[in-house]
Amino acid sequence: MIELQGVQRHFQVGEQLVRALDDLTLNIGAGEYVSIMGPSGSGKSTLLNVIGLLDRPTGGRYLLDGRETTQLDDDALAAVRARHIGFIFQSFHLVPRLTAFENVELPLVLAGQAPVPRRARVDEVLAELSLGDRAHHRPDQLSGGQRQRVAIARAMVMRPTVLLADEPTGNLDHVSGAEVLVALESLNATGITLLVVTHDDEVAARSRRQVRMRDGRVVHDAPTPGAAA
Amino acid sequence: MRPGDLLHLASESLFRARLRSAMMLVATAIGVAAVVVLTSLGEGARRYVTGEFQALGTDLLIVLPGRSETTGVQPGLFAGETPRDLTLDDARALLRIPGVRRIAPLVVGSAPVSSAGLTREVPVIGTTADFYYVRNLSIGQGRFLPPGELERDMAVCVLGSKVATELFPGRAAVGGSVRIGDRRFRVIGVLGDSGRSVGFDLQELAIIPVSSAQQIYDTESLFRILVQSSDRDAIPRTRTAVIETLKARHQGEEDVTVITQDAVLATFNRIFTALTLTLAGIASISLAVAGILIMNVMLVAVSQRTAEVGLLKALGARRGQITALFLAEAILLSVAGAGAGLLLGYGANVVIGRLYPTLPVGAPGWAVALAIVIAVASGVVFGLLPARRAALLDPVVALAGRR
Repeated sequence: MIELQGVQRHFQVGEQLVRALDDLTLNIGAGEYVSIMGPSGSGKSTLLNVIGLLDRPTGGRYLLDGRETTQLDDDALAAVRARHIGFIFQSFHLVPRLTAFENVELPLVLAGQAPVPRRARVDEVLAELSLGDRAHHRPDQLSGGQRQRVAIARAMVMRPTVLLADEPTGNLDHVSGAEVLVALESLNATGITLLVVTHDDEVAARSRRQVRMRDGRVVHDAPTPGAAA
Repeated sequence: MRPGDLLHLASESLFRARLRSAMMLVATAIGVAAVVVLTSLGEGARRYVTGEFQALGTDLLIVLPGRSETTGVQPGLFAGETPRDLTLDDARALLRIPGVRRIAPLVVGSAPVSSAGLTREVPVIGTTADFYYVRNLSIGQGRFLPPGELERDMAVCVLGSKVATELFPGRAAVGGSVRIGDRRFRVIGVLGDSGRSVGFDLQELAIIPVSSAQQIYDTESLFRILVQSSDRDAIPRTRTAVIETLKARHQGEEDVTVITQDAVLATFNRIFTALTLTLAGIASISLAVAGILIMNVMLVAVSQRTAEVGLLKALGARRGQITALFLAEAILLSVAGAGAGLLLGYGANVVIGRLYPTLPVGAPGWAVALAIVIAVASGVVFGLLPARRAALLDPVVALAGRR
């Protein structure tokens, strides 16, 4: 469902040309659980941004669900993002002045859904992530693990097909991190494609397929040993 | 996005940034209040002057010698076109016109007025008894000039109240005598302070019979003739009759100018309307400044909220939606500011009304509408740039907060 063919993402930084993604080819099928690892600057985050249509490749082709995306304009990309892709960030990126409920509601608001069905959907997602009793708390009244679960709820509320998580446990302690991973994995179990960028071998070991990157290229791509295919 | 949600999101972010919002609100409010108050003052002044004129009587015609009209090639080429003077005979002729109720010929000059060693230089008006009615004067003590023949030269005078107290300190002026020029006059009255007369300070003048004034100034001619028409509707007819009569008396030459009070009123109206417009313009500048402040603060807000903008983009917000969000904030602020400014302005008007009860303050409707339109328009115009800047942010950069 995600097909990257010879994708390049080059930046000009001063005199130097930075090849954040360099002739990268990667195919990810629907419902896969993939971890992406690699040292800093290896291009993992850029890869995630390109897959999430936040960033445009400077070369190559990217097909999402068989559709060429490189020709789409900004607003069309925004529409695809809204419907197909959920983002989860290391620093949560919750809007601090909005409650958990309002943060989760935001994608539905942007999509122009009517308030009544919207409310039902938000309640449902919050309940799935066991946040029902935290709905009217603001982010500063929530623990790190709860914040990230709110972010997951927000990513899920539009029922995307792909979930992109950039260091989702990076700011969390071990227990909260494990909770967040369990939440993500249970979503993957319902058929959602899950991509996790991480530094943490333990996190990567839980995925079913491991991709390692270095200097904008894939250097290792194999099923996790012992994982059920 | 639904309009209700847009408003909700915008007002929520304004509410969270209370200080920032309050500052912008105050700036806009001051601008709007300035427009309301300044135009109210201008309008008040206009209404005050109009009221004064109307109290003076709109049934007046003023006859001046000479035509106020530019004719001919160059002055001097047509020698012999010097206008004839207005004389007492002319005045008498005007009195015979049907529709003319009263006339008051005027000779105006300045002369030293003295009494028992005290001297003051004051304007001296030579006129007749009817001047009292024509100009709606009031008398403080004694009486006004007695009615009589125009030529009757009586050595009596009426003084303004200030002149009277200064020339007769501590004693009654009525019954005393003053020297005006080289002639002696008996004081028969002192004007009250309540009378109205545009153009003269009624406290500082001396009124003597017209023929006495002609002798003091050694002239046959009149400065003006005031004509009071029998009723307002008759003014155009009376005006024509006055001109015709004088033309006939001046060998067929139309060498006088007749001004109606309405024309004077219209002129003052124009002047004060221009003044009000000027004040509105000045006040609008403060509104524009408020707009620029809004733009500045919104720009800061955008840079503080880049991560949020990045997030919205990641969640699938289109450029238009982000523009709309920030623009809605600016417009909400300016509308709220306009509302607060109207309250402030009308409040100030009430206070001014209390302090200066004679000044009929009141904001003209067009100025209030203008203030609101400018306030909201500046919200849109100055909100647009920050909103566009937010919408064009690169989501990757914005999310990383590297900006």
